[in-house]
Amino acid sequence: MAEKLVVHTGRSAVLSRDNVDTDQIIPSREMKTVGRKGLSDGLFAGWRYTDAQARIENPDFVLNRPEQVGTTVLITGKNFGCGSSREHAAWALKEYGIRVIIAESFGEIFHGNCIRNGILPITLPTDDMDSLRSLAGPVEVTVDLVAQSIACANLPNWERQFDISAFAKRLLTEGLDPISMTLTSKDEIEAFFEKDAAQRPWVYSAA
Amino acid sequence: MAHTLFDKLWQAHRVCGSEGGADLLAIDRLLLHERTGGVALKSLAENGYSVRDPSRVIAIMDHIVSFKSGRGRNDARSPGGAAFITETRQMANAAGIHLIDTDSHDQGIVHVTAPEKGIVLPGFSIVCPDSHTCSLGALGALAWGIGSSEAEHVMATGVLRATKPPQMRVRVEGALPEGCSAKDIALYMISTYGAGGGQRSAIEFCGTTVEQLSIEGRLTLCNMAVEFAAFSALIAPDEKTLDYVRERVDPNSDLDTAMAYWRTLNTDTDAAFDHEIIIDATQITPQISWGTSPEQSCAVNQRVPSDASSQALSYMGLEPSQAISGLAIEGAFIGSCTNGRLSDLKSAARILQGRRVAPGVRAVCVPGSQSVRREAEALGIDKIFVAAGFEWGEPGCAMCFYAGGETFPPRARVVSSTNRNFEGRQGPGVRTHITNPAVVAASAVAGSICAPSDLPARSKELA
Ligand code: SF4
Repeated sequence: MAEKLVVHTGRSAVLSRDNVDTDQIIPSREMKTVGRKGLSDGLFAGWRYTDAQARIENPDFVLNRPEQVGTTVLITGKNFGCGSSREHAAWALKEYGIRVIIAESFGEIFHGNCIRNGILPITLPTDDMDSLRSLAGPVEVTVDLVAQSIACANLPNWERQFDISAFAKRLLTEGLDPISMTLTSKDEIEAFFEKDAAQRPWVYSAA
Repeated sequence: MAHTLFDKLWQAHRVCGSEGGADLLAIDRLLLHERTGGVALKSLAENGYSVRDPSRVIAIMDHIVSFKSGRGRNDARSPGGAAFITETRQMANAAGIHLIDTDSHDQGIVHVTAPEKGIVLPGFSIVCPDSHTCSLGALGALAWGIGSSEAEHVMATGVLRATKPPQMRVRVEGALPEGCSAKDIALYMISTYGAGGGQRSAIEFCGTTVEQLSIEGRLTLCNMAVEFAAFSALIAPDEKTLDYVRERVDPNSDLDTAMAYWRTLNTDTDAAFDHEIIIDATQITPQISWGTSPEQSCAVNQRVPSDASSQALSYMGLEPSQAISGLAIEGAFIGSCTNGRLSDLKSAARILQGRRVAPGVRAVCVPGSQSVRREAEALGIDKIFVAAGFEWGEPGCAMCFYAGGETFPPRARVVSSTNRNFEGRQGPGVRTHITNPAVVAASAVAGSICAPSDLPARSKELA
């Protein structure tokens, strides 16, 4: 079950790049065990460290700046989380402490992975993103998922609404387990398979 | 009302509606690999669920397996990788699902093995915690990549909750010029419309060019759809598709009924799409990427754009307006779920026959599956590669992505038949140029990026 997210206020960091792929978020070599834990150390390893093996930090990487300690909100570009489907990207971000990602668009699979892991992906139009990205240094961003609104302490009179699917909203605000939610439809599922087996028998003979 | 093929497949798998306009969709097949599938099996067991129907789940070892010839059962290509193999094996066996193990006759990259072994058939819904699952839509299947938690969900419930995506039709018309392949259509499309051009849509590829493509070419085209930000890719099954699957269907199936159903799988004439793109295939020339996103691609004989992103240029070690053809390379790789099939190996072998890889270039070919390897070896293709100076590997993902372990050195310029040129994709600092297998072969011979048509003629004694 994922951690709930209803209202969140946190420090933001700007990662001003488009097409940040999941290999950048968590390089494959940082996925060291069959599991979901222990990944935050490898988050953005290619950028965050000048020597990833020795874990020597790159002082120029945004999350390494002293004022960015405790960042929970990531502000970025287009198509964030494209590429590999690895859910490890969402697990690494979550473990690092990221709860909200604001982008112009997201990789489709990554977007779903965020929602299943208690991270809220928010899509805003380019001009709003430009306003956020132009802020120098970390700022405080507040997100109200129930009201579907976002505000920023350093942008007076700037408050925006964002879209989110009803299911994602419920999953995040209530911290639900999608499997048990689905199993409430067990009867419909079994009835479907019974009917389908008669109509498409070739699907039911094992590969 | 007129429906698209995607509408029909969605409807055929729709169990019931769910809140917020989502649907529960029945999943006909779930594929797992040791990299992202093992963790789904582990989490399933930890959460106390069992697999609802093990006959629908197939685990395949491909991502971490060693590609060295004569590899052992647990040999991985990255440090610590053996644990992914042994743990996935043990959990797959415990869950009672079908396992295509490292030493299986059927082993291969999941997206190469699934069509060739009849694991995916037209009209199936098929998912895998791997983004290139969209490849399988080439057979007229509803195929898309998911996360590990969703894979766990499919195992526990038999269904997935999904919201129907927008739909896009990509119509490709006209004869592809000599030397061009499905890979070039994909790179041309992505560089023209951008890496986000697919707009999270379910894409249906159609048009005379797509009809002319072999099944293998169609798999390549659909493979690249995720690099276009598509939800999935789809090609309506035609007689070519049915011929391909006929010999791969379980012999106990009622083939006539299945064939009759598969022939109904197409888009109605008046069906509406949310987006439509038309591509003139006659304008396409062999393509290659110059930057760090597949959208940063152009014709092999073009120059880097004058306004190219400085981030991409500095990673790739290039200058604005620099010619791409002629850039010295240190590596060449042929393989992957994009271009690791027999037709790909044949197209490279045609270039390599009677030629040698240039000194200083490490060239590697890894067939996409054991079947591909066997067929290639039966045709003597392995000998052509080896005689040219290529390493000939054991099937798997191999150098398509870096997982630690051996790869090309930092800053090495590599031409690759894979699908991603992201920073670090093939190794820290490795500068990947993605292109079709014939361009990879020609460049390996020239020692620099080179279109096959620009290669000097073979010397007499070698030809
Ligand atoms: S060959 Fe490459 S892109 Fe294809 S499944 Fe393997 S790692 Fe992924």
